[in-house]
Amino acid sequence: MAEPFIEFKKVSKSFGKLQVLDQVDLKIYEGEITAIIGKSGVGKSVLLKHIIGLLKPDSGKILIKGKPLDEFSKTELREFKRSLSYMFQQNALFDSLTVFENIALPLVERTNLTPTEIKKRVDFRIEQFELGEVADRYPSQISGGMQKRVALARALVTEPTMILFDEPTTGLDPLRKNAVLNMIAHYQSEIGFTGVMVSHDIPDVFFISNRVAIIENKKIPFQGTPLELEQSDNEVVWQFIHGQEVLQDQLTGLQPKKEVNALILEELSRVSQEKGRFTLILFTIDSLTQIKNQVGYIAAQRIFQCLAMGINMKLAGKGKAARFGLEDILVVLPGGSYSEAEGLINALLTDCSKQDVMNPEKYKKVCIDFSVKAGILEVKEKTDLESIIESARKAQKIIAKMECHRG
Amino acid sequence: MEQGGSQANSGFPSNFVNFLNFLGKNSLKIIGELGAVAIFFFYGFLFIFSLPFQFKKIVQQIYFIGVKSFLIISLIGLFTGMVLGLQGYYTLVKFGSEGMLGAAVALSLIRELGPVLTALMIIGRAGSSIAAEIGIMRISEQIDALDTMDINPMRYLVSPRIAASIIVFPMLTALFDVIGIIGGYLTGVVLLGVNSGIFFNRIYDSVVSKDVTGGFLKSLAFALIVSTICCYQGYFTHMRPGGFGAKGVSLATTSAVVISCVLVLVLDYVLTSFLL
Repeated sequence: MAEPFIEFKKVSKSFGKLQVLDQVDLKIYEGEITAIIGKSGVGKSVLLKHIIGLLKPDSGKILIKGKPLDEFSKTELREFKRSLSYMFQQNALFDSLTVFENIALPLVERTNLTPTEIKKRVDFRIEQFELGEVADRYPSQISGGMQKRVALARALVTEPTMILFDEPTTGLDPLRKNAVLNMIAHYQSEIGFTGVMVSHDIPDVFFISNRVAIIENKKIPFQGTPLELEQSDNEVVWQFIHGQEVLQDQLTGLQPKKEVNALILEELSRVSQEKGRFTLILFTIDSLTQIKNQVGYIAAQRIFQCLAMGINMKLAGKGKAARFGLEDILVVLPGGSYSEAEGLINALLTDCSKQDVMNPEKYKKVCIDFSVKAGILEVKEKTDLESIIESARKAQKIIAKMECHRG
Repeated sequence: MEQGGSQANSGFPSNFVNFLNFLGKNSLKIIGELGAVAIFFFYGFLFIFSLPFQFKKIVQQIYFIGVKSFLIISLIGLFTGMVLGLQGYYTLVKFGSEGMLGAAVALSLIRELGPVLTALMIIGRAGSSIAAEIGIMRISEQIDALDTMDINPMRYLVSPRIAASIIVFPMLTALFDVIGIIGGYLTGVVLLGVNSGIFFNRIYDSVVSKDVTGGFLKSLAFALIVSTICCYQGYFTHMRPGGFGAKGVSLATTSAVVISCVLVLVLDYVLTSFLL
């Protein structure tokens, strides 16, 4: 691969006793958008501020086209700075200047353009970002979303070769967020600037980035293309891409898959030693993916949630339940028998039939039949995990059904 | 035990050592700070002359620091002159020399009260807001934003304010002096009946150009001190220990006003002793 445009080599940074970056390596390539994602407060902005020289590393080097940033002469540094724009997280608009003056400032202060030419360029950006109505107002008089757009306009007005975006879409409504991401992608392909973007907007940000770096626990555990990201086994990566499912599971009270897997393995070894038993139930909601795509995300989520919460309530601490796939919930009852599992399913059925999601009347526009299947497996001897799941799936029977009224 | 041993070795009681420690630490801190202010002033002053000349911004600051202070300076000048007239008359009449009233009022205003009170009033009105404005720009990353746009924040924010202060302080001081003398005239001549001709003749006789240049020099010195300190305090709001965000700005504004006032009065004494 080509030489990186910007390269972090073992960069460490601490603020007092708080270490934010620990020997971080990062590569940013020319003409690409690199997204830096990570939880709030893990040092994403700190990383960006190092590129522009607002912060200096405690140790390690930052190379710009192979040359260390701290060896740049004053003129080189100026030239480098002039070639890039920085969009601040809090926008950093000049609050005593109007929107127009804010956007015009870099041109007024840095270039020899005539006032007419400046006005032309600024008006173009103002029009582009739909800021015409507020051009004469001050930043404190306009909404947060508008401020964001002003900041973006100010970053683009100098037509830089590199733009550092510090959360460009945070605080925007979904439509404007898409518009901003779209605009960034559009300009990137048109002008070909190098973009570095700190963002929380997963998965949207993946669609417009060429590379992704995840920062977690002072390090960068992953950097690569979005495709590589999806294929990655790294657990931190998984949490990031499946953020929505993780939240859903937390809402429904399901355990992490890892924990249930561990419980099964533990039970298996117990069974082989003590000749005991344990039971496991595999629930599947048929056509959940189809419902998600055709009826809607919320409907699918509600159906899943309804089942998961019901299971959790009936379990009452006697076992553990986890999402096993997109449509599956796996329940483990340590020491439980087949009949106990049946009892749990029956109790669940009486509860769930009363729910809104099982009522065809509620699906007025698009309705898709779905059924809930359950398979019980009592394990008495040691086998492996895959075959257990396989057998449970084979044992599945339909336990509930929602049929749409067909006119 | 160890501490006792070290005391015995150094031969000084620990209180004394602590005192020296305290003294040394703070002296170093103050000297460091003075150096920082001097460098800050040096760059701020130098960038006034860098091209392209920031004419518009300097005019804006002249308007803000100068024109907007016009009324308050006139008011303070008037009442200061009036009270000088009253007090002067009361004292001078005891010696039967109330004819000297004009000279007394004019000299004390031109040599002393004009520059000092003008400076103090500008500190209160404009200095505090300079510190607050720059401080807020610092904490809301606006100064960082300037830096990333390759706009020199010192040149953009500090230089116009220093330049404007240099222009405005002597002018406002002159205004203060003139209105003060009118105030003295009002109480001395109009109210208390001192002869108007004598009042002005004494001023004409006693005020020499050295008095005026002295006052002028003082006001120039105050301009540099006040604008530098106020900008400096705002500019380094974020470096202040224990003060973040709005709290930091409030502390910066307070110290800008307090330090400027104290330095103006100290410098006034020093300059007077040289100018006399």
